[in-house]
Amino acid sequence: MTRLKADQRHSVRFTLNGKPVEAQAEPRMLLSDFLRHQLGATGTHVGCEHGVCGACTIVVDGMLTRSCLTLAAQVDGCELRTVEGLAPSADRLGVLQQAFRRNHALQCGFCTAGILMSLDHYLAKNPTPTEADIRDLLSGHICRCTGYTPIIQAALEAAAQLASPQKETSDA
Amino acid sequence: MKPPAFDYLRAETVGDVLEGLAQQGGDARVLAGGQSLMAMLNMRLAKPKLLIDIMRLNELRQIERKGDAVVIGAGVRQADLLAWPQLGETLPLVALALPWVGHVQTRSRGTICGSLAHADPSAEMPLALVALGGEVLLRSARRRRRVAARDFFAGMMLTARADDELIEGISLPVVKGSRVAFREVARRHGDFAIVACAAMKTPTGVRLAVGGVADVPTARDWPVLDGCALDDALNAFAYELVARDDVHATARYRRDLVRMIGRDLIDEVLQ
Repeated sequence: MTRLKADQRHSVRFTLNGKPVEAQAEPRMLLSDFLRHQLGATGTHVGCEHGVCGACTIVVDGMLTRSCLTLAAQVDGCELRTVEGLAPSADRLGVLQQAFRRNHALQCGFCTAGILMSLDHYLAKNPTPTEADIRDLLSGHICRCTGYTPIIQAALEAAAQLASPQKETSDA
Repeated sequence: MKPPAFDYLRAETVGDVLEGLAQQGGDARVLAGGQSLMAMLNMRLAKPKLLIDIMRLNELRQIERKGDAVVIGAGVRQADLLAWPQLGETLPLVALALPWVGHVQTRSRGTICGSLAHADPSAEMPLALVALGGEVLLRSARRRRRVAARDFFAGMMLTARADDELIEGISLPVVKGSRVAFREVARRHGDFAIVACAAMKTPTGVRLAVGGVADVPTARDWPVLDGCALDDALNAFAYELVARDDVHATARYRRDLVRMIGRDLIDEVLQ
């Protein structure tokens, strides 16, 4: 049994996109704030902060997770993936990110990090989704710019491309 | 907003949980998937002094067939139950209702028992528990007890759970060969229901359970009624639920939905 005192900071360690990280947090610190403020991983965005908008969605131990509905203390020892881990290298976009760019699936970009995480996680498990599947998945996100149609297009295009991996495309 | 300050206890045994609840009573809250409680904390609608995280307890993660019932532990996530291969055959009503609980991104973390503990009158899992006539398994350092679904929900977001009790799990009866139906009207799939209805064929007739209208999900049994008698029964039931106007829908609209969806679902299960 571990009891962390309310008025003290405690060490939280986990694996972030394959790298071990550690920082201090009070028990009440949300994972979204821990990522952004303690670790500087500002790719994860914070919208509504009560689990409705989906902007802060990340992957914890293989589970899609609202980081605003999770405490930093809860994920001690877990494996986390955030949007920073999607690109294969600093100057290249992943297949899904390229599809978003081609299809104008983002405008302001606020919701994008969460939607990318949901789609990346979903497509890995469901390589041949229908439009209805993508729409159901996107019901857990709110985008106020795109009207969702380009996002659905990008998701289906990325799924098709991932299903035939021999085809190499340019980022540009 | 950010949660108020609290101590965080990562339980390693059920004993840790019960001890924490016994010591802090009403000032402690059990944290499972966090999909309701964390939102309540962020909005400061809940201000516990102690959070007891139960999600590292493998003993609470079990889904077990026990005779004519399925027992679902406090740590079973909604996504775990949806992926359980026997769900469709043992709990077809839950299989229909569960995809309506939140979204993929919240079902992956949220637990079945957490949704029951939260006791939102519009939520699908409380409705399923009442419709099936399940039981809630409560445990404290003092005793263990089982509470029937209809006695568990005491009001809007109020349950019969005492301050020192852990919802250890629930027991849902397996009703063999019974036909079931579920339908919900919400502003957006995954939002809380404006009205949600579940129907099932019973040995003596039919049962309709309604969520989102009264303060608690409510079930009613009828013998097999013919057209007009069924309409009258549904109309009386719709009024007994004492619907209220709110920002999402008027009371009258809610009564309309109870009558129309109720009729459709009853026709469906009696077909």
